[in-house]
Amino acid sequence: MELFNIFLKAAFIENMILAYFLGMCSFLAVSKTVKTAVGLGLAVIFVLGITIPINWLLNEYLLTERGIFGADLTFLRFILFISTIAAMVQLVEMVVEKISPSLYNALGIFLPLITVNCAILGGALFMVAREYNLAESVTFGLGGGLGWFLAVVALAAIREKIKYSNVPPALRGLGMAFILTGLMGIAFMSLMGINPAELAAAVPGN
Amino acid sequence: MADTATQTIGVQEKEPWFGKKERKLLTDPLQSNNPITVQVLGICSALAVTTQLLPSIVMSIAVIFVAASSNVTISMLRNYIPKQVRMIVQLVVVATLVTIVELALKALSYPVWKQLSVFIGLIITNCIIMGRLEAFAMANKPWKSFLDGIGNGLGYGAILIIVAFFRELFGKGTLFTGTPIVMNIIGPSNETTQYWINTANESSLLYGYTNNGLMVLPAAALFIIGILIWVHRSYNKSLVDIS
Repeated sequence: MELFNIFLKAAFIENMILAYFLGMCSFLAVSKTVKTAVGLGLAVIFVLGITIPINWLLNEYLLTERGIFGADLTFLRFILFISTIAAMVQLVEMVVEKISPSLYNALGIFLPLITVNCAILGGALFMVAREYNLAESVTFGLGGGLGWFLAVVALAAIREKIKYSNVPPALRGLGMAFILTGLMGIAFMSLMGINPAELAAAVPGN
Repeated sequence: MADTATQTIGVQEKEPWFGKKERKLLTDPLQSNNPITVQVLGICSALAVTTQLLPSIVMSIAVIFVAASSNVTISMLRNYIPKQVRMIVQLVVVATLVTIVELALKALSYPVWKQLSVFIGLIITNCIIMGRLEAFAMANKPWKSFLDGIGNGLGYGAILIIVAFFRELFGKGTLFTGTPIVMNIIGPSNETTQYWINTANESSLLYGYTNNGLMVLPAAALFIIGILIWVHRSYNKSLVDIS
């Protein structure tokens, strides 16, 4: 139940894009069509789900005083985390290419682009800041990825529809995407402050 | 950019130290090739830190520093980096520089460091830095890359400061909170104005201002950048999205 709460919180209440506005660059750049958005969203779920537990292990067993070096090496955190992410993305790319060439072709350039998606590094840093344990960080990674996926697909769907509207020429495309994201963010604000644990406790017979 | 660089090498002509091309590298990112409003790079931090002017200025300085020095470093290493691992090399260089910035800021101004928190670390994944490394520093000489880094940092900082100005002014009614020159422009935040609110005529515009909560939300930054893009593209018709 605790894990489910973390999952729900990461996916909806503290959505990476619409509540924290992380990973905006690729969010705005690839949300032109639903098809590419789905591909990138799936890749983000996958990479977040893999890198967060790996970074958790590295942080726990290499960088803290409890680790094998027995010294506080947390100033190396950025370098270690981002190298892990870059290496993992490269590895995932190679594995996907080997196992499923069709999926590899569908994702194309978006796989390497994930390295510089702020949501991935941001997720790892949040994981440290909130002191999750291993199971919790796996859930957090998958939940955060799912939230990112839903948000990017939603924006892509809206942008496909808004092509038929009469938007001022200077606002077409990028400008409109910004304003749409802002409106979606405000809609998501209404979820903020909901605590799944309290809600579960309030349900009678639970 | 790569074409012009190879041409000048071929001619073997002595290049001016700070000629027209170099000046263009500095001014272009401020106008027609702005990293935020045109290249769509580095949005995350532009949204998160712009609630107040002071952190945005600090953030801009940090990004200018990291962009310029990582551009120079990668530009000097560009002939020795194997293509397969170039991303990791770039990220390690950037991460080192960002760690330096973070530790320096923590020592110099702890409250600002605390306010910026995770976003200083996220300069690593700031697309401006990686984007300029890939697009410019890998193909150009150190001095030009240095100017390109400074220019893009300035273009980023300009947008950041414009957005932060509006958000702080309308969100809190002040400017430069956290510095010695804090200004209460329209907000009822200090005691004197509090007194005026209690006594002033209700129809008075200046003293009846209540803080606009919307401006403190990240969504407001999206709206302001959206409007900036609108204004920018109305002036500069060549940037308008045709599709």
